[in-house]
Amino acid sequence: MEMRAVFASELDRMMESDERIVVIDSDLSKANGTLFLRNKYPERAFDVGVAEQNMASVAAGLASYGFIPFITSFCPFATRRICDQIAISIAYAKQNVKIVGTDPGISAELNGGTHMSMEDIGVVRSIPSMVIFEPVDAVQLKKSMPKIVEYDGPVYLRLFRKAQPQIFNDDYEFDLFKADVIQEGKDVTIAASGIMLGESLRAGEILRQKGINAEIINVHTIKPIDSDTILKSVAKTGCIVTAENHNIIGGLRSAIAEVICEKCQVPLRSVGVEDIFGEVGTLEELKIRFGLTAENIAAKALEAVEAKK
Amino acid sequence: MVMDKASFEEKSKEIRRLTIECIGNLGVGHIGGCLSIVDVLTVLYYSQMNVDPANPKMEGRDRLIISKGHAGPALYATLASKGFFPKDELYTLNRLGTNLPSHCDMNKTPGVDMTTGALGQGFSCAVGIAIGSKIKKDGAYIYTIIGDGESQEGQIWEAAMLAAHKKLDNLIAFTDYNKLQIDGPIDEVNSLSDLPAKWESFGWHVQRIDGHDHFAIYEAIEKAKKTEGKPSMIILDTIKGKGVSFIEAVGAGNHNMPITKEQLEAALQELR
Ligand SMILES: Cc1ncc(C[n+]2csc(CCOP(=O)(O)OP(=O)(O)O)c2C)c(N)n1
Ligand SMILES: [Mg+2]
Repeated sequence: MEMRAVFASELDRMMESDERIVVIDSDLSKANGTLFLRNKYPERAFDVGVAEQNMASVAAGLASYGFIPFITSFCPFATRRICDQIAISIAYAKQNVKIVGTDPGISAELNGGTHMSMEDIGVVRSIPSMVIFEPVDAVQLKKSMPKIVEYDGPVYLRLFRKAQPQIFNDDYEFDLFKADVIQEGKDVTIAASGIMLGESLRAGEILRQKGINAEIINVHTIKPIDSDTILKSVAKTGCIVTAENHNIIGGLRSAIAEVICEKCQVPLRSVGVEDIFGEVGTLEELKIRFGLTAENIAAKALEAVEAKK
Repeated sequence: MVMDKASFEEKSKEIRRLTIECIGNLGVGHIGGCLSIVDVLTVLYYSQMNVDPANPKMEGRDRLIISKGHAGPALYATLASKGFFPKDELYTLNRLGTNLPSHCDMNKTPGVDMTTGALGQGFSCAVGIAIGSKIKKDGAYIYTIIGDGESQEGQIWEAAMLAAHKKLDNLIAFTDYNKLQIDGPIDEVNSLSDLPAKWESFGWHVQRIDGHDHFAIYEAIEKAKKTEGKPSMIILDTIKGKGVSFIEAVGAGNHNMPITKEQLEAALQELR
């Protein structure tokens, strides 16, 4: 099932019983799967048109009135376009708005550079109080939705909107603030987020053939970062590789570097977009173009292992 | 120089064919909002703008900023027909490493005057360019095309206010008033209500014409050029997907739609 379908049907389910939930779109409700909600909840689901900044502050107004608004756009317009509105109307004013951006990083594919958010995590991460969550599969997304509503404060949901391979079973216990150790290992930690988890699991296979045993962690919440899980892992493995669909500046790599630099200095290598803008291409082409591949993660892991000596 | 009716129409057909060929070859693209601006592009490039395909960065040239940056393919087809680059290059649209990305990029494509795609920004850039041309007194005309959905962006109105305040009579803007955006009809999503009155109240010289009538577009530009002390807004009543009946019939869904090989053939047939 496509992630956007899971997202919208969870909203639908929760809106039935929770009258505080409001969904506001900005002319991308077809892309984000939320269009049908306005037929069912004509008052609580609506479109502001192509006007993201307005949408963000309107949502803050609704939040101050006791509602829990979800606002939707593509990642770049849900973050860098509305950065000041997030900072002031939402975060500084302490308003409980859930921001949903779709097509993170290279997954904007043929929309190209203008639509590729390589910096959205960095932008949002540097605003106090923001929670940043990037689910890896439909099960995790589904389990997260009630938790996001329950959590009293602003959240940025960075959502890949198409189908994703399943990682978790239905009995998976989700904690918004706890990273998932997907695979235990002893030689190197691979901390991944979003579409890079799948690549990391493949990298784990490549490494196994080379006699390296990788511990793979899904960092679904990039802020606040689960430093306990990271520190516990690197204390065991002695080195770490980060893998993200984002600029290596400001995102997961930065968050992890901040943790290990202060608390447990071990070699760090990273896979991510190397401080350049996006461009048009298909997801698979762009993964290769930007080095967001299992092969690259495995190579960096070998480097990190080597650097321990 | 103004062309005769048949020549204008032939050119627009050619540009529509090239547009749909490059999108159809890829299989998907922003076809609706491309086809709706082909007639204004034809009039601009074939009878109004002072540009030189052999010297795309010529000093003092007229400029065009496509603020609704997703209409890149229509601009590329027009530029290729003018000889800014070989027509064959159109087939690279949106392929990895191309100089023709879905949204206009001034650093990639010869003849593209501004990088756009984040709606609202191109229009402010056009205002900045018009101010620059006034300072340099180079006599250039600065043209820009915005979308009606794009007009919901607050930035459009910030720029509108400044352009009138600065008396930018070298700025000639068009609204592609096709009454559709992605989520549906503009009037259902967030109505612009009386659009000409809005622009008038912002201090602009406003004309509203049939956006597919080449002579009307030509005349409106002539009038805009004669208007002193005010920027000009020419509201083009257009049809999203204009020229290909099955695309027009899709309505809002033609914003970004797949095109099969059979559909491409049918479209080319209709545009003969
Ligand atoms: C800031 C920003 N928000 C959202 C988008 C996504 N988007 C691209 S086109 C479009 C609709 C534009 O409608 P309109 O201006 O009417 O375009 P047209 O009908 O001429 O194609 C949207 C929402 C964008 N490119 N930029
Ligand atoms: Mg429109």
